[in-house]
Amino acid sequence: MKRSVHSLLGVGLVGALLVVVLLGLVWLPYDPLAIDLDHTLAAPSLAHWLGTDEFGRDVASRAMLGARISLLIAIQTVAISIVIGTALGLVVGFLRGWTERVIMTFSDALLAFPGILLALALIAVIGSSRHSIVIALAVAYLPATIRVVRGSVISIREREYVEASRVAGDSALYTMWRIVLPNALPPILVLATSLFGWVILSESALSFLGVGVPPPLPTWGNMLSSARPYMYAASWLSIAPGLCIVATLLGINMLGDALRDRLDPRDE
Amino acid sequence: MSAPLLTIDNLRIEAGDRVLLEGLSFAVAAGERLAIVGESGSGKTLATRAIPGLLAPALDRVSGTIRFEGRELTALGDRGLRSVRGAGIGLVFQEPMTSLNPALPIGVQLAEGLKLHRRLDDAEVRRRSIDMLARVQIADPESCLARYPHEFSGGMRQRIMLASVLLLEPRLLIADEPTTALDTLSQREVLQLMVALTREMGTALLLITHDLGLVAEYTDRVIVLEKGVMVEEGETAQVLARPNHPYTAKLVGSLPRKDGDRAAIAPDAPAILRIEHARVDYPGKPGLFRAGTPIRVIDDVTLDVRAGEIVALVGASGSGKTTLGRTALGLKPLAGGRILFDGKDITRLDRVGERAFRRDAQLVFQDPFSSLPPHFRIGEIVGAALRHVPGLSAADRRERVRATLDDVGLAGFEDRRPHQMSGGQRQRVAIARAIASEPRLVVADEPVSALDVTIQLQVLTLLQRLQRDRGFACLFITHDLAVVEQIADRVIVLEKGRIVEQGPTDAVFAAPTHDYTRRLLAASPALALTETLAAQQ
Repeated sequence: MKRSVHSLLGVGLVGALLVVVLLGLVWLPYDPLAIDLDHTLAAPSLAHWLGTDEFGRDVASRAMLGARISLLIAIQTVAISIVIGTALGLVVGFLRGWTERVIMTFSDALLAFPGILLALALIAVIGSSRHSIVIALAVAYLPATIRVVRGSVISIREREYVEASRVAGDSALYTMWRIVLPNALPPILVLATSLFGWVILSESALSFLGVGVPPPLPTWGNMLSSARPYMYAASWLSIAPGLCIVATLLGINMLGDALRDRLDPRDE
Repeated sequence: MSAPLLTIDNLRIEAGDRVLLEGLSFAVAAGERLAIVGESGSGKTLATRAIPGLLAPALDRVSGTIRFEGRELTALGDRGLRSVRGAGIGLVFQEPMTSLNPALPIGVQLAEGLKLHRRLDDAEVRRRSIDMLARVQIADPESCLARYPHEFSGGMRQRIMLASVLLLEPRLLIADEPTTALDTLSQREVLQLMVALTREMGTALLLITHDLGLVAEYTDRVIVLEKGVMVEEGETAQVLARPNHPYTAKLVGSLPRKDGDRAAIAPDAPAILRIEHARVDYPGKPGLFRAGTPIRVIDDVTLDVRAGEIVALVGASGSGKTTLGRTALGLKPLAGGRILFDGKDITRLDRVGERAFRRDAQLVFQDPFSSLPPHFRIGEIVGAALRHVPGLSAADRRERVRATLDDVGLAGFEDRRPHQMSGGQRQRVAIARAIASEPRLVVADEPVSALDVTIQLQVLTLLQRLQRDRGFACLFITHDLAVVEQIADRVIVLEKGRIVEQGPTDAVFAAPTHDYTRRLLAASPALALTETLAAQQ
């Protein structure tokens, strides 16, 4: 009962987000990049639902465009990190031996740096753009993914049904892909949803530090960071993107939990 | 006879809207030994947990009366119950690995109860602890006090557990499957100690078990539970020899029986599996800067399994029998020796040969709950080995799966998943998976020991029939000698990784030559019971 309320809420929040993003493709209330110096820092009104920023740009329009950019970054980053991390974690956890030692040494070396610092360094090297943010964050979160997948694969490879697959004559690749991976999916799914949250927050942090998506393109993160000086004078500038981030994370996490419960074959 | 020590009247336990136990009434006299027998789900453990008030109060509703030494236990609060537990009623649980606290030395754990209930000084506590450890036959009880549980084997831990309970001199000892986790030899030793000590101390014993062999050997009276209802009660010998209730009769009938009409295997039949001087090492515990010294688990084992033959591999836990079974299938690396399947060394097969070997040699696992992949449907699981049969179309494969499932009595189960089936059904699936590719050798690793008694017989009979119909050779790994007598042509006894005795089953059972085999045979209560019952008929 409580579970279904959670998944409904998750579906609702994520659905609403998608509607906003799709709507933003065809229609925005104002041009999100248009500067209007006559109406700077205007409070929310019928004309500007969420007010305007220090350049007079419409906050609602910018939040809608920002949703698209932030989500794209998050989806790309999570996809890259999870796909590569799962592949490596699966191979490493299943084969063990020297493959594991080599890959885990590199992964642990990466893990020793704080994620944000690593991303900062990478962006400093490859330059600041949307793609470099995706790459930097994907690399920064890769070691954590490898660790999680490897741990769950190691516990699964000792199960008797994995041995049974060997007795049946299956190749190692088949066993990994068809027997081990499906059973390792639930923790990976949970990781993917929390990773989604971390990436959105990290992208905000990078923007805050000035190496995020370059202006004038809006993301929720750089909207938050540019709103900082006006925290008291124009609180709506921080509240709008902040609420967007909170609602998105909440929705994604609830959806992830619901998905994991549905995927468990023991749960009918 | 004076008033009974424990009287249970109309005990009823519910959880949610399900009744788990209903209308249970019985009494235990001082010094008496009573067994409660039943299969999983019969409520036998629940009933005994209810006596010292150990059920979860939020989950389970208990009604009825439980009187112990004239006191009504259900009316006592938690404080009152605590004074009864330990000093009045002692409990020994099934799993000695988890019932002792791994973080505390044995001495501290023994002293705990004495300090709580008896208010003795340290010297006296120490003296009594050492004394009791000596009585449960722990070597060097003094140094034992300072050691930790992980330094002891399962049998030793269960003795220590017994010592800690008996230290308080309870009037009633409840033992819940106390030896199920132990191997045959330690099982016998622990039970004999338990019976001898309780007799000496005048303690009544309530033994909960699913093993009729133990009941026959160690108890005076028996209660049979089926699905939360008591179906029979009486003198042990009486009940086992002439059961009144059909369920009791079924339990007794489930004891392994010798298969009389089995055709003998020709002595010159070709060996399908030949293990020559096999040695297997496990890596030892590594030091900080060096690899560990390997531990030898299989030491110079040579054996044959002939086509169509059932060979039982017998030994206590830790004897290496499971490892040997895996080694025969090429699942464990050899440190020395060879394994020949059909005359060919299995480590030197080419791709085609390897495929053929995988089809021809199959494995049935002990635990049907962990050997089936949870996300597959039964049809896919059974057809797993068939994917590697060359030239078999998808339709042929489906047909083979259907026929195999039909053969194990699971017709139409293709679309179910493992979790929708019972333990016995799952083990049938595991057997179907093993025989679907029409193998010539099946290694069965304790295939019935995780199942309930009545299911055991069904699965064993099934395996026997399939073997007769299809003629595969079988290496049957077990610790249960009664099962060996029922199905095996030949028996091989393994001790500490070495073969100590082998020969035709009848000959070995009639005249064991090795001391270890004799001890194993003597320690098999089910075997003794089968013989007694056969003699009576």
